[in-house]
Amino acid sequence: MLRYTLLRLLGAIPTLLLVIVLAFLMVHAAPGGPFDAERALPADVEANIARAYHLDEPLPQQFLRYLSGLLQGDLGPSFRYRDYTVNELIGAAFPLSLKLGAMAMALALVLGVSAGTAAALRQNSTLDRVVMAFAMTGISIPVFVVAPILVLFLAVKLQWLPAGWSSTTSASRLVLPVITLALPQIAYIARLTRASMIDVLSRDFIRTARAQGLGTMTVVRLHALKPAMLPVLSYMGPAIAAILTGSVVVEEIFGIPGLGQFFVRAAGNRDYTLVLGIVVFYATLIVLLNLVVDILYGVIDPRVRQR
Amino acid sequence: MSLLGNPTVRVSGGIVLFIALVALLGPFLSPNDYLSTNFDELLSPPSFDGARFFGTDDLGRDLFVRTMLGIRVTLVVAIVASFVSLVIGVAYGAIAGFVGGRVDAAMMRVVDTLYALPFIFFVILLMVVFERNLLLIFVAIGAVNWLDMARIVRGQTLSLREREFVAAARLMGVSPARIVFRHIAPNLIGIVVVYVTLTIPQAILVESFLSFLGLGVQEPQTSLGALVDAGVNQMEGASWTLLIPGGLLALILMCFNFLGDGLRDVFDARHVS
Amino acid sequence: MSLLELEKLSIRYGNTTVVDNLGFTVGEGESVGLVGESGSGKSQTALAILGLSPRGAQVSGNIRFAGSDLAELSQRELDKLRARRIGIAFQDPSQALNPYLRVGRQLREILVRHGIAKGKDADRQVMAMLERVGLPDTERQFMAYPHQLSGGMRQRVMLASALIAQPDLLIADEPTTALDVTVQAQILDLLEEIRDNTALLLITHDLGIVAGHCERMLVLERGRLVDAGATTALFASPGHAHTRALLAAAPRIDTSDIPDAVHGKSILGVESATVSYEERGSRRLHAVSDVDLSLHVGETLAIVGESGSGKSSLVSAILGLVPMESGCVVYAGSELNGPVERRGKRQARELQLIFQDPIGALNPQMRVRSLVGEPLVVHETQLSSRQRLGRVTEALEQVGLDAGYLERFPHELSGGQAQRVAIARALILRPNVLVCDEAVAALDGSVRQQVLSLLRQVQDETGLAIIFISHDLAVVRSISHRVLVMYMGRFVEVAENDALFRHPRHPYTRALIEAVPVPDPLVPPRKAPLQGEVPSLLKPPPGCVFHPRCPLASDVCRQSCPGARDIDGTRVACHHAD
Repeated sequence: MLRYTLLRLLGAIPTLLLVIVLAFLMVHAAPGGPFDAERALPADVEANIARAYHLDEPLPQQFLRYLSGLLQGDLGPSFRYRDYTVNELIGAAFPLSLKLGAMAMALALVLGVSAGTAAALRQNSTLDRVVMAFAMTGISIPVFVVAPILVLFLAVKLQWLPAGWSSTTSASRLVLPVITLALPQIAYIARLTRASMIDVLSRDFIRTARAQGLGTMTVVRLHALKPAMLPVLSYMGPAIAAILTGSVVVEEIFGIPGLGQFFVRAAGNRDYTLVLGIVVFYATLIVLLNLVVDILYGVIDPRVRQR
Repeated sequence: MSLLGNPTVRVSGGIVLFIALVALLGPFLSPNDYLSTNFDELLSPPSFDGARFFGTDDLGRDLFVRTMLGIRVTLVVAIVASFVSLVIGVAYGAIAGFVGGRVDAAMMRVVDTLYALPFIFFVILLMVVFERNLLLIFVAIGAVNWLDMARIVRGQTLSLREREFVAAARLMGVSPARIVFRHIAPNLIGIVVVYVTLTIPQAILVESFLSFLGLGVQEPQTSLGALVDAGVNQMEGASWTLLIPGGLLALILMCFNFLGDGLRDVFDARHVS
Repeated sequence: MSLLELEKLSIRYGNTTVVDNLGFTVGEGESVGLVGESGSGKSQTALAILGLSPRGAQVSGNIRFAGSDLAELSQRELDKLRARRIGIAFQDPSQALNPYLRVGRQLREILVRHGIAKGKDADRQVMAMLERVGLPDTERQFMAYPHQLSGGMRQRVMLASALIAQPDLLIADEPTTALDVTVQAQILDLLEEIRDNTALLLITHDLGIVAGHCERMLVLERGRLVDAGATTALFASPGHAHTRALLAAAPRIDTSDIPDAVHGKSILGVESATVSYEERGSRRLHAVSDVDLSLHVGETLAIVGESGSGKSSLVSAILGLVPMESGCVVYAGSELNGPVERRGKRQARELQLIFQDPIGALNPQMRVRSLVGEPLVVHETQLSSRQRLGRVTEALEQVGLDAGYLERFPHELSGGQAQRVAIARALILRPNVLVCDEAVAALDGSVRQQVLSLLRQVQDETGLAIIFISHDLAVVRSISHRVLVMYMGRFVEVAENDALFRHPRHPYTRALIEAVPVPDPLVPPRKAPLQGEVPSLLKPPPGCVFHPRCPLASDVCRQSCPGARDIDGTRVACHHAD
């Protein structure tokens, strides 16, 4: 198990490095610097700024400088918010996004897995059809369509919930964003769980367990749930990425000052160091979470561990 | 061919074709065009008067024609992007699977690495850093979506290569080219068709997501995502500006997803029987 | 009173009837064999008894167990009956045990759920049961996952799970079909030993197993009970034509009806063939080590051995499907080297192979006419398409299929028909050598007989040389001229058919022959001749690889690998052979 974990850990390093190189190159290939857009600066001022941000150095040297900063956890200064470092900006915005994302993910897992399991156990029943129709709708309607429609009906028309972030400070302002963010994931996980549960329930070892008189609940809980969760676990990586992507839209629509909104603004402002910092931060997060998923996979499936 | 015997395939395929046809012909038949503004008819609700089936937007432009144009752009982007991912994915996957061994291991290592990247952020970065254009959108979406196709085709090729009928063909002296085209390719088509169908809605999603963020198609051009974005700003007074493009977008996505599911059932059933 | 009583049991799926009006009883402590070919409904019957019929099955009729009608029981009452009153052991334990749960946990849960024991007491009972089914080092096996056990061990665990709650009836559904013959013998011994007074319903296609282990037998044909009675009586005078056909199709290893020796000249020779594969972690797995072989015109050479013996790897290397690490192949005076693609048209025309899985060997997207015609497209390009069709029709006729099959796809064929198509394709270029890799293993008795006699007929007419790979010694006895035995990739023994079966020189050959159940209730079943199972090829034992299981093993066997010696026309690799 330890060997397996270490191997996975080593395997994550090239991925991370690739992310950093790609993002770095992309940003540095951008036509025009961050300071172009405003008024033309005198040449010596521009040179000073360039020197201050080490833009005058050759690219490989800049990259190494950036990398060594990264190793110490330093993402560098922001081009736009001159008084702040990228670290500070991310540190301020991320906790809110994390809270939102974690709640959405938890909701998606609980609802998706239970709905999918229930549908699988009553295959072709009315319940199954309803769940699957809902799930198909859920994976088909994009977040940026669901969000405004929910706001329109639940907040504007019925006034059950607050529409925006700043209109209240109560916890109720979290409800709509979390539901919106979770909805496609609930749908996807429900479909995945149903398909995988039906597959597992048709395997021979389930027949054996039923032949042992263990009862449906025990058979599902003890014998079927673990293997049925493997595809769901594999989906966690893409799901995390999807929730991060979704949070960009959701934060924009609900006016939540999280990292997603920050990213879109930074991109609009051409605040390259901040954009680069956020991409590297998100990429690291995704790679690390994928690593956790891989290791969990090994915990559940004893045959994977041996490799 | 029992393709049309499957009701899911028939219905969802039919709806997609119908929408595509209306999007193609509708603008020619409508008396209105997508550009001209009419300040007497700002945000007027849908009606049959003057063929304003979908009403007008905040500049008084005809939303029916604009929506149809948006659908055209959305579909074209999605289909071209899926084609890009199809070509890259099938070629990459088939080579990895057919050559096998170390080449395969190295090629799949690359795919695994790319898989872990937060692509959407790279796409946003790409859109911000470079000048936006449709071509870039095709490439960006195609570049994101080919990974799945490559994995699936590679897995299938690998297992086909190990199948006994391929060994039988080798023993009979069948040439490698004939093995690929006569024995392996025909057995790949089913799964490729299914996944292309499922790639299209994903490409639509990415395109409309970018357009929604204002990073995709630019005014006066439009796409469903851009129309939804505009609709969100007007939804409190003129809910149709959001609901119509949003609903059509959802309908198209749903049809492609159903179509993919249905096709998979058809091809699965063939393998089982 | 009967323990189990079936009355007018019918099972339907839509319009298809798989079990038709079936009735029989099993008395307390009695052992009953339920016999039939695949699709005869025997497993469906077993599942129906436990109330486990798959979704979509319509079950009618009465099943009574110890007086109570199972149809009237609630789900809860039915659950109480399972394991406690009726235990079942399934066919393939690698699928039938949960791969994600430790073995001990799977057994323990039965005791806990049925309220038989809990806590430490349950653990103790599980360990005791594991010991009874002959698992060494029970504490370790308790914590093991099924994939960490060998096939035989897994079937022992399966039996333990069926018997741990001390049921009155044990249903064993093809309990040894997935196992090697020497391990099968061990499991059958174990079944006798631990069954005590538990009644046994043994489901099998193997008449040899029924003959040795069941007091009564029931014969099913396509869902109908066609014959029933005491095993000895039915074997002596079968009442129904189908029973007679089954008995006639069951090959006997002690038969004397074997092919006459042939004396053709050598056509294919292999010298010191070695095949190895690279495994994970850059270890090499030696599938075949230093094996010689010669094949003569008009003869059938059988290669036998259990799983891991390297018989399939050997022929794959001979044919150039996998690379040979060292050694050489000489065909009709010229050497064959490298992969099959570089060996030229001659081999492709003159050496053909038939696989075990007939459907898998046919491209699912091609029709029979293109499948059988493909060798002609490749090698006889001068043929017009009409001439080609003529040749294809002719080849199909030769294997007993009419022109109606031309347009079919492989999935529209039965196993036997598909194997005939594969044979027609192999024979259409009139080859000199035909390799059959377990070519009849997937076929039922009567179909198997037809395919075998077809091969024999072609051989008589054309002087075809056949390499016949099989794990089934009874079939080998009835079809081959000479037999080559392999174990763990090593050469064991080669001799004329009669010499090998009558006077096996190698202790492994002797054990293989003894382990085969004889379909005759008057021949008492023998105890398993070998203990243990085949070791991993990644860690072969030093010296003679067979020594850990060999009854004759001595110090010399542990230290040095025996070379091949000739004794009275038999070539054998054993220090103790004489």
